[in-house]
Amino acid sequence: MLDQATGDSICALAARLRRRECSSRELTAAYLARIEHHDAALNSFITVTPEAALAAAEAADQQLACGAGGPLTGIPIAHKDIFCTQGVRTSCASRMLDNFIAPYDATVVSRLHQAGAISLGKTNMDEFAMGSSNETSWYGPVTNPWDSTRVPGGSSGGSAAAVAAGLCMAATATDTGGSIRQPAAFCGVTGLKPTYGRCSRWGMIAFASSLDQAGVIARSAADAALILQAMAGFDRQDSTSADEPVPDYSAELETSLQGLRIGLPREFMSAELDSDIAASVEDAIGLLRTLGAEVREISLPNSALAVPAYYVVAPAECSSNLARYDGVRFGHRCTDPVDLEDLYRRSRGEGFGAEVKRRIMIGTYVLSAGYYDAYYLKAQQIRRLIKQDFQHALSEVDVILGPTAPTTAFALGDKSADPVAMYLNDIYTISANLAGLPGLSLPIAPVQGLPVGLQLIGNYFAEARLLNVAHQLQQHSDWHLARPSAFA
Amino acid sequence: MQWDVVIGLEIHTQLKTASKIFSGAATTFGAEPNRQACAVDLGLPGVLPVLNIEAVRHAVRFGTAIGAEIAPRSVFARKNYFYPDLPKGYQISQYELPVVGRGQVEILLDDGDTKTIGVTRAHLEEDAGKSVHEDHLGGGRLSGIDLNRAGTPLLEIVSEPDLRSPQEAVAYARKIHQLVRWIGISDGNMQEGSFRVDANISLRPAGSDTLGTRAEIKNINSFRFLHKALEFEIERQRDILEDGGTIVQETRLYDAEQDETRSMRSKEEANDYRYFPDPDLLPLSIDADFIQAATAELPELPEAMRARLIEQYGLSATDATVLTGSLAMADYFEQTVAGCHDAKLAANWITGSLAAALNKADLDIEHSPVSPAQLIGLLQRIQDNSISGKIAKQVFDGLWQGEGDADAIIAARGLTQITDTGAIDSLVEAVMAANPQQVEQYRAGKEKVFGFFVGQVMKQSQGKANPALVNQLLKDKLAGG
Amino acid sequence: MQSSDVARIAHLAKLATDASELEQYASELTAILTLVEQMNRLDTAGVEPLAHPLELTQRLRPDVVTEPDQREGFQRHAPLTEDGFYLVPRVIE
Repeated sequence: MLDQATGDSICALAARLRRRECSSRELTAAYLARIEHHDAALNSFITVTPEAALAAAEAADQQLACGAGGPLTGIPIAHKDIFCTQGVRTSCASRMLDNFIAPYDATVVSRLHQAGAISLGKTNMDEFAMGSSNETSWYGPVTNPWDSTRVPGGSSGGSAAAVAAGLCMAATATDTGGSIRQPAAFCGVTGLKPTYGRCSRWGMIAFASSLDQAGVIARSAADAALILQAMAGFDRQDSTSADEPVPDYSAELETSLQGLRIGLPREFMSAELDSDIAASVEDAIGLLRTLGAEVREISLPNSALAVPAYYVVAPAECSSNLARYDGVRFGHRCTDPVDLEDLYRRSRGEGFGAEVKRRIMIGTYVLSAGYYDAYYLKAQQIRRLIKQDFQHALSEVDVILGPTAPTTAFALGDKSADPVAMYLNDIYTISANLAGLPGLSLPIAPVQGLPVGLQLIGNYFAEARLLNVAHQLQQHSDWHLARPSAFA
Repeated sequence: MQWDVVIGLEIHTQLKTASKIFSGAATTFGAEPNRQACAVDLGLPGVLPVLNIEAVRHAVRFGTAIGAEIAPRSVFARKNYFYPDLPKGYQISQYELPVVGRGQVEILLDDGDTKTIGVTRAHLEEDAGKSVHEDHLGGGRLSGIDLNRAGTPLLEIVSEPDLRSPQEAVAYARKIHQLVRWIGISDGNMQEGSFRVDANISLRPAGSDTLGTRAEIKNINSFRFLHKALEFEIERQRDILEDGGTIVQETRLYDAEQDETRSMRSKEEANDYRYFPDPDLLPLSIDADFIQAATAELPELPEAMRARLIEQYGLSATDATVLTGSLAMADYFEQTVAGCHDAKLAANWITGSLAAALNKADLDIEHSPVSPAQLIGLLQRIQDNSISGKIAKQVFDGLWQGEGDADAIIAARGLTQITDTGAIDSLVEAVMAANPQQVEQYRAGKEKVFGFFVGQVMKQSQGKANPALVNQLLKDKLAGG
Repeated sequence: MQSSDVARIAHLAKLATDASELEQYASELTAILTLVEQMNRLDTAGVEPLAHPLELTQRLRPDVVTEPDQREGFQRHAPLTEDGFYLVPRVIE
């Protein structure tokens, strides 16, 4: 039954559930069995919640038996362990929160729950979402389902790997500088980072508040559309949530790409880009042209400064957001502190890993007296210039296109000793976060057996357009249907 | 050497709201520890702040009352430092762009002159929690943290360094205290910490334009302590300067028991607060409509009312000042005048017997056991001569003790004035008969003894005889020999 | 960035660091700052800083108490509590 299920779209599977050809309980149990069987090697889950999942599946079955329920009722998904889940450990992949049982659900979690989705558990990630390889997790790295010697990308590496390996139908994820799109690219799945403010940040543990955005990793654009539909929308508990209507994301999937204007930033296709990846992107462009899209070269002149500006803004916000982890009210506390200072320094020193500490220190430094203008204000100015570049480009084209990452998945340990090399892996994704624009990564022609991601960036709240373009590509190609053989 | 004293105050006033500034937890004082600290107040992972509209309205009301500009766009910033009563490791405050800009208030000096004091700015921020040290907690080795107060809305009001003496500083602090209560944005309860003063104070050679190094005295919670702390600090700084020393810029704490200020060494390390705009909050936009709506119900402000009381009722400046001490006091007065139509009589009773009784019982006029209607009932009996002023004091005591309305007390205590000529006549005759010697003296021209007769008659009547009638009848009888 | 700078920053950020780690942090942070300082290639004089991508204004919440007491739940997993208080090493003022 499940072999068939793993090939199904959410839409097709939901139809089978409604027709009672299979039950959510069977489906959920089958996914739990897959996790049991495969995840020891993959390490994509930090916490699996079988009892709660099966109970929720039974409740979904009762609903379905009465002909009730929506498009996600009974569909097994997973949540990145950055989203608070009531009564379930929410660790953010940090020793600091290894013992933290969230007393509430994140808005995104409760919305998906209300839509009937079944949560199988919490996926692994880089600690506090800081990393591009999933190697900073306190619970150990996730491996790439396509090649177990390679990283799955990060920070949402667990979500991407679990979806790619067929351990869940889809997973929530977050993206502060590429943390949805880059692992989606490395694992050969579809990842969507919505417009900043599209999904509520309530209950989503903060890394950098003005950049963080919740999104989804799924097997296809059509599946992602269904998940986003449930997640998106205004939340009065989040001051930065956008009070904008949520369109029907599935309704526009079939819209023709005839006359679609696509911009290819010359800065994204520079000489530094791996030539094989460039060729994959060219292939996808060729397909888009045959579907009626016009592709033209554009320029995002300040995009080279996105990574430098990001590594001021994100650490600055992180240094303050992570000050609450002090060993007093929750989380890790050192043993026998001699005084208050000792309590703080050792609890935090022990609770945080090296990458988190580096970012806290950089952030503390750039905000400290005498440095604020030179670093923080300067970065915010560049942020405006980057936004203006995009606004200018998006007045001429509908969608911006390019590679998601400059390389395919790299080997475990390859970059973990060199923070700057790691940071530069997000060179194409970071600018969309600085501008707050939606971005999507979908798999295109692989290179040496490893997935390659194509990134689409759209205008504010144009998620439906990105999903439409990705869906049309997926309707006319089979790149997204490839499955890693070890997880067949 | 002569020194000029330069003082500026930062006043933290708790705003009167039902819920906290960024969360839906209650602000009620006195709850059990941490029962009013919700997930947002505790800074749990994943929580976010949303701004309370009433706190913003209160800030706008204050700004309007001091003639300040309300910023059309203001920004919340994070002040980063670690302290156990600060759950998030930062305090949400306003830094570069506060909601209330420059304004001013007038203070009344001891010599009756007024002085204008500049208010630099006022900004919204959240309060911190409390550290508690009790012997039983953690075997006495540990401190307890109660975060009920964390997230309570505060307005920090920063003055210009315009104050030149402890007296002026106290007058200014009292003025702000009066104002925030008057416009209903704070209960100003100093025992509960709703109104706390930080004082920046420095000395400079008389006539100099440059400011000396200042010390900051933190968390003063009474006007008396403010005065004493400043006096102590002036002396301390003068002694240092006159010995050729230099003042260390530092934070000091006033110890009321020792009557001295002490350096807060634990907070001495150079704080680098790393302010930056809070990315969880967006810029606060306030337009003319919002200001209009927030200030529509603002009462007449104290200065305007004081001037009107003098003008409209012919009150003395002193009475007008006392009667505009609080809005409740002023309301009480105007209600009383509306019922008795004699402003001076009302003012005398309110600033006299009533104020004294309230003061003795340590009560606000809001909690006066004697209502304006009851006082009116008493004043009307004075006006229609039913009782004398002296009897009226007894009736007032009855009102205060809750014995009912004036008429009921007069009846129950038998205090109605004797206006019956025949009754007074016989009292007069009895007194004259009992004191023939004094009658002789009076008739011999010693008119001073007249007062003695009045006193005796009043005594015999137990104070109830109408004094005017007593006077007239005595004069007639003594003269008529 | 020198070891002494790292020590100062670690103190501000309340992070325990071994003396042996300071050198490595100093070289890593220096590399990151070198990356960051590429910003200086661009003259940004007169550009208004952007703190929020959407440039919206703050929404206001009605002044209503919505949060019930959840002390027991919040303190169930707290490191150290007594009589409803969170406990910390003695705070000296």
